[in-house]
Amino acid sequence: MSSGWFRRNPLTYLTLLAVAFFSAFPVYWSVIVASHDNAAMAEMPPPLLPGGNFVANVSRVFDTTPFALALVNSFVVAGTITVSVTFFSTLAGFAFAKLRFRGRNALLLLTVVTMMVPTQLGIIPLYMLMIKLEWTGKLYAVIVPALVNAFGVFFMTQYLSRALPTELLEAGRIDGCGTWRLFRHVVVPAARPAAAVLGMLTFMTAWNDYFWPLVVLTPDDPTVQVALSQLASGYVRDFTLGLTGTAVATLPLVLVFVLLGKQIIGGIMQGAVKG
Amino acid sequence: MPVAHRAPTPETPPRPRPDGSRAGAATSPWRHRLDRKVSPYAYVAPFFLLFAAFGLFPLIYTAWVSLHDWNLLSSANPFIGLDNYRELFADGYFWNAAFNTLSIGVLSAAPQLVLALVLAHLLNRPLRAQTLFRITLLLPNVTSVVAVVVIFSQLFGRDFGLVNAFLDLVGIDRVYWQAHVASSHVAIATMIMWRWTGYNALIYLAAMQAVPREIYEAATIDGASAARQLWGITIPMIRPTIIFTVIVTTIGSMQIIAEPLLFGAQVSNGASTTGGTDRQFQTLALYLYEKGFRSFEFGYASAAAWVMFLLVVVVVGFNYLVVRRMRGGLDV
Repeated sequence: MSSGWFRRNPLTYLTLLAVAFFSAFPVYWSVIVASHDNAAMAEMPPPLLPGGNFVANVSRVFDTTPFALALVNSFVVAGTITVSVTFFSTLAGFAFAKLRFRGRNALLLLTVVTMMVPTQLGIIPLYMLMIKLEWTGKLYAVIVPALVNAFGVFFMTQYLSRALPTELLEAGRIDGCGTWRLFRHVVVPAARPAAAVLGMLTFMTAWNDYFWPLVVLTPDDPTVQVALSQLASGYVRDFTLGLTGTAVATLPLVLVFVLLGKQIIGGIMQGAVKG
Repeated sequence: MPVAHRAPTPETPPRPRPDGSRAGAATSPWRHRLDRKVSPYAYVAPFFLLFAAFGLFPLIYTAWVSLHDWNLLSSANPFIGLDNYRELFADGYFWNAAFNTLSIGVLSAAPQLVLALVLAHLLNRPLRAQTLFRITLLLPNVTSVVAVVVIFSQLFGRDFGLVNAFLDLVGIDRVYWQAHVASSHVAIATMIMWRWTGYNALIYLAAMQAVPREIYEAATIDGASAARQLWGITIPMIRPTIIFTVIVTTIGSMQIIAEPLLFGAQVSNGASTTGGTDRQFQTLALYLYEKGFRSFEFGYASAAAWVMFLLVVVVVGFNYLVVRRMRGGLDV
């Protein structure tokens, strides 16, 4: 009786369950490998349940690469970028959604277009610029170019034009509020839910960024993803080490995601744009 | 526009604030006007300035650098016209990389978007555990590229990989995934698909939820099957979203680099920028990385980047035309 909902759409549920399995399995697998030693993983068939070797593997990871430093670096980088992107996106989103000014539509269109520009192709001059600024090997080089992005501006514009009542702003104007006071006391409180989602998405993207940090940072002062890639491409085929690093770098994010998943998914579906 | 915004907002006299201080700056008439004129620009300026400096400028400057013999260490960077481009077009490795990029792109993007569409269609009905399914679908997108490649390289490992263990089990020969063109492309495409299918499915689902229910109800009464509803109603209704995802996915797949870089690092130490011993999975972006950051030929690498940019525009344009012409629909 209670399985009536299943019997109504058995094929749908089976397909979705299979997809859910394939989506979750590789992450689960990294936990399996991270909690065994290499000898156990070489057996056939391989173990399918977590083992007891996790702590030992983790300490090996921290001995092999500057992983603790990398974690701190990634927190600094992703944290700074998150605060900055959220702030500037709310500010610009407010202007685009609720303020009238000449050229607004053209500038908003330009913002949308920049989302499509493959900026990765400008990487050579960007690197030359970093040499000029003497930022190579420093965290600025990773942080500063990521302080704003078009997706954030677009996302906050969308949200604020829907969720922020224009009458509230007009009331503030009549009370003699300048634009900045309006922003601080009316816009920021109204923007909070969307800003939280944007913040989480931005943190994830920044935490997971790999290519640019690899180019511009040095192996002895890396971010987590760079350290991880070193760990996984050593001279010895040590999969346990690589996957333990992966688990340590990924699981906190996965945990946050599972806890706050509903809001994040809502945000992605509203923005409906790749970040 | 400007006319409309003059009329409201009567100039209000400065009122004392509740805390007794005078409401300063913004309320004196000319400052008030200045505030309203300048503030909007000041608020959008940080975005445009930073984007111009670190996004747009480098991209355009690439074209300039590509016309020079520009090296990291050389002090003089003479202008050499189109020589870099001539050399590039004569380089077999460049064309090899272009082929690999297109091959991996097609192998990953096409099944990914079709599967995403089907999944979104399945999720777009009253189901138990909706949120749980959505969260699991998006889980791969939360993991980093590096994590994905490390995990899948283990799964695709020659000796102890789970995939080969499974092939053994069903009686098929083991595959050395990195060694061949086709198998390495399939492995890399699998990683990309795994990471992005759920994401695209959610985007499609968002678009599908905006399609009016009544259309489906009418179609059901007329006896249209679920598959026919997907093809006849859903796809035409969400076409703008499909076009959008095709464009974004195409742009993304023309720039694939981390996957081949790390997949190669699993088998050949130090030579990972070549994408396998015979460059069997070196993509264009990886080629650019090899030229720019291994041999530091900035001029030459910039030429490659600029050609890639044009290629992105061409391929995106082509895909756009194809998708726009694709007519699903019940011929209304």
